[in-house]
Amino acid sequence: MKDIYTNRKYIIITAIIIVALVIIVRLFIIQVVKDTYRMSADNNVLRYVTQYPARGLIYDRNMKIMVSNQAAYDLMVVPAQTGNMDTALFCSELGISRDFFNERIRAARNYNRRSPSVFLKQISAETYAKFQEKIFMYPGFYVQPRTLRKYSRTVAAHLLGYISEVDETQIKKDPYYKMGDYIGKLGIEEAYEKELRGTRGVKIFMVDVFSRVKGSYADGAFDTLAVHGSDIISGVDYDLQEYGEMLMRNKTGSIVAIEPATGEILALVSSPSYDPSLLVGRVRSENYSNLQSDTVLKPLFNRAFMASYPPGSTFKPINGLIALQEKVIVPSTLFGCSNGYHAGPISVGCHSHSSPLNLTGAVANSCNSYFCQAYRRILENPEYGSIAEAFDKWKTYLTEFGFGKKLGSEFPNELNGVIPSSAYFDRYYGQGRWKALTVISLAIGQGEIGTTPLQMANMTAAIANRGYYYIPHIVKSIGEEKKIEPRFTEKHVINIDSANFEQIIMGMDEAVNGGAGSTARVAALSDIIVCGKTGTAENPFGKDHSVFIAFAPKDKPKIAIAVYVENAGFGATYAAPVASLMIEKYLRGDVNLSRKWLEERMLNLNLNDSIPKVEAQH
Amino acid sequence: MTQYRKLKRSINIWQNIDKVTILLFLLMVIMGWFNIYAAVYNEEHSQILDFSQRYGKQFIWIVASIILAVIVVIIDSRFYLFFAYFIYAGLILLLLLVLVLGKEINGARSWFEFGNIGLQPSEFAKAATALALAAYLNSRKQDLTRLRTIIPAMVIIFLPVILIALQPDMGSTIVYLAFFIVLFREGMSPFVFISGLLMLILFFLTLLVNNFYIKIGLVVAAFVFAWFTVRNPRIWLKGLAIVVVTGGLIFLAGHFIFRSGANDRMLLITVILAGMLFAYYIYSKRAMAVLVVYLFLLGSILYVNAVDFAFNHIIKPHQKERVEIMLGLKSDPHGKGYNVNQSIISIGSGGFSGKGYLQGTQTKYKFVPEQSTDFIFCTVGEEWGFLGSVVVIGLYVFLIIRLLIMAERQRSLFSRAYGYGVAAVLFIHFFINIGMAIGLIPVIGIPLPFFSYGGSSLWGFTILLFIFLRLDAGRTEYLI
Repeated sequence: MKDIYTNRKYIIITAIIIVALVIIVRLFIIQVVKDTYRMSADNNVLRYVTQYPARGLIYDRNMKIMVSNQAAYDLMVVPAQTGNMDTALFCSELGISRDFFNERIRAARNYNRRSPSVFLKQISAETYAKFQEKIFMYPGFYVQPRTLRKYSRTVAAHLLGYISEVDETQIKKDPYYKMGDYIGKLGIEEAYEKELRGTRGVKIFMVDVFSRVKGSYADGAFDTLAVHGSDIISGVDYDLQEYGEMLMRNKTGSIVAIEPATGEILALVSSPSYDPSLLVGRVRSENYSNLQSDTVLKPLFNRAFMASYPPGSTFKPINGLIALQEKVIVPSTLFGCSNGYHAGPISVGCHSHSSPLNLTGAVANSCNSYFCQAYRRILENPEYGSIAEAFDKWKTYLTEFGFGKKLGSEFPNELNGVIPSSAYFDRYYGQGRWKALTVISLAIGQGEIGTTPLQMANMTAAIANRGYYYIPHIVKSIGEEKKIEPRFTEKHVINIDSANFEQIIMGMDEAVNGGAGSTARVAALSDIIVCGKTGTAENPFGKDHSVFIAFAPKDKPKIAIAVYVENAGFGATYAAPVASLMIEKYLRGDVNLSRKWLEERMLNLNLNDSIPKVEAQH
Repeated sequence: MTQYRKLKRSINIWQNIDKVTILLFLLMVIMGWFNIYAAVYNEEHSQILDFSQRYGKQFIWIVASIILAVIVVIIDSRFYLFFAYFIYAGLILLLLLVLVLGKEINGARSWFEFGNIGLQPSEFAKAATALALAAYLNSRKQDLTRLRTIIPAMVIIFLPVILIALQPDMGSTIVYLAFFIVLFREGMSPFVFISGLLMLILFFLTLLVNNFYIKIGLVVAAFVFAWFTVRNPRIWLKGLAIVVVTGGLIFLAGHFIFRSGANDRMLLITVILAGMLFAYYIYSKRAMAVLVVYLFLLGSILYVNAVDFAFNHIIKPHQKERVEIMLGLKSDPHGKGYNVNQSIISIGSGGFSGKGYLQGTQTKYKFVPEQSTDFIFCTVGEEWGFLGSVVVIGLYVFLIIRLLIMAERQRSLFSRAYGYGVAAVLFIHFFINIGMAIGLIPVIGIPLPFFSYGGSSLWGFTILLFIFLRLDAGRTEYLI
């Protein structure tokens, strides 16, 4: 094979060698000739001080500050840089024992001799001031400023979450974090960790052998600035939140209030709660384990979206809506009630009220018999081939309301809740071997069904909106761009005509503001039309839970609310007053004098007989 | 196939295979692994075989790559020639698919995701392109002076480039320039490369110097060249006179009528008008060489304008900033220059003999981003110092030159062109990756072959290299 270009290989080889030489010359210059990058001895004399960014602040919907920052000082040590010093004086100044000193130094040495470790966390400002003057006497030690959280009020702990040091699994998961960094846990702190945390920076100092700072290295050319985290404006109303927690004091349960027009959560109360400042600073871990070990009241458990209850009668409006939409009833359809619904072996009791009732009256009186008959018509609808098919259609509506799945709020540990499918009953009873009557308890929100207070509040908001909702969320705007995730501005429309909603709303209006037989007259306000529905969630472990859902005003609703008071009995007794006080507080700013007695009663009510004390340290 | 079989000589591949290259390969892979360990080292996971960490994973990739290497060597060497186009077509298909099905990471769709493992087809496309190009050149027997031979070669090179640019992964597209080294070796005119080099120089000058002076310089250079081509003082002086008079008239017109000073638009008009007058001379004296010089001048001036326009109006701001930082027009150690700056500090802080293995402090603080992938050389520079860096560079140069020498001993054009392709791809990666880490060239994110963390890149390079080792081992296997 002739190859006339064979000499070109020399050109190519020469070019490669030239390039390699250029690289080597450049390396020689930066590594050997210039000493800008290299310090005279070794890295002993450079100290990298991490610049921790200030975490973003959290405001409420009226720009009241909820979470801010306070300064704290960590005493750091680089074991390789320590030298002769008066250990006794050092220990007495910090108020630590010699053994503790030795142990900390050993731990730091085991971690890394050359890189800094925390010697003593969060020393007080006074200790810091005293210590700073004498720091030159203690080579290898220096103080690292940190920021801690500061809470304006003792409420909203579940909503805000807290911050703690990252652990190993988190460092592994996200390489951004280093030992000693803080990370948000639960609530807003966790959900918006990326936005709140900001970006770390580093300052490089030259330090002499006595640990004295000789100045900034290369005039700060290689320092990076810490970028402080974005501030967050929450949709929460701090006053309403506080009021809600006051009302729920000494009771177990939760309140979720939503602004229907936006899906913004106005208040999210889970009781019992705890003072968020218990989980700040050096006392955090001790207090945390105290809270965690309280297995009776479970103050760390967020009932608002992690507890699932049968919705009880508060579910009746939904079944009414589905019956209307499926055209198995019309608003004027009348069903009789003889102290309950009796069909063969099945008997569902009811309280005494006038009979027969139309839809509005049935909602207002919470008639079990009416909804059993309506529900039976839904399932026995000849439009569908089988009960199972009709049942799944019913389930489809419920899914549209956001039941049986996570709603998708910022809380990752939201509970799904339970809505059974026909397949569940097919498995349980056998295919075709169950009838409408088998599952009739679902008509009144009992049985194989579980919903969270958040889902119930969302359902109420959807009713208030006459057929749509926005995913409930806690944050209104983030940082300077003021953007929130697009999923929170996406309208979820339910396939039920708004005219049908009007029918149900009439019933909910009458339940509060109607005449005799109305179930929730205690919730009525003088000049605001509150629409509501009581409920009693069966509790196999004790007294039933009192439930109430409501929204107000009737036209252009501003607030939709769900209240659960555990082990309290009928919905009208406890949950309805709490809900109406919340509504009044939010819409009027304060509670009317004529209702002060009700407020007093609710505030002083103690349903938690014995509260094991949590020893708190500040 | 039967006629080939008759011509087949029975040889032992494992005896014939080039052991020096295998040794170099293993040495680099192991050094890379230890450096990845140092780069992501943290004391809580000090086990080098901790599979939750990058160094543990890299060990798996290394074992897999050795298995791949064995498979590649077992396959008959004729396979690579016969299936070169099929392999190429397959990879093109994958590059198309990744645009649709790929997982978007950092704004680019470059990865297929299979459970925990990501595969980057562009890493494998290099070997496929080298094969296809070699097969093509083999069929055309060094006919690269003709345009109709060059064009298909360009299509082979630029088809994957376009697809990768769509991901977009600009770093990986630049690697394909390597194949021009193959084309040069196989007879493409050096003129192409000289013009390329000139364009590169002009490109940087355009950004650094006032364009007006560059153009004046170009005109002067054109006259110098013209002198060497005509070597006739009378013609040359007349030409000069034409330019001076035209330029003077335009300048006066500009000054008195349009009231504007000397600018490069006027210079362009002068060059064009003077060129028209030149046309007569060129025609009458048959001085075609002058025409070439003139067209070159005109082309260069337009090119300078185009670069200037592109730089200021077309390329994205972040790309513009990177170039500006590299050229020293902008100093921004906290912002876009951060990576390069931190990289240079950590390499520079290594000094002559380095800080010692696992003693790099820059690493501990995660100053250098992407330190186990694109900036792996920082760890070498910081912990092993100048000495270690020179050893690593020496290994690469040794490997690349050894591959070139091996390529030259091939009996078929296919094997030789492929060998050049391998050497050239490794060279470009080596040059760009280290050049970027030490601030010689702008930040272009491509891995350092065999060193950087990552399964796809390691496997891609292993396949690339071992196909050539297979071809080399079997060079006496067939008589054609």
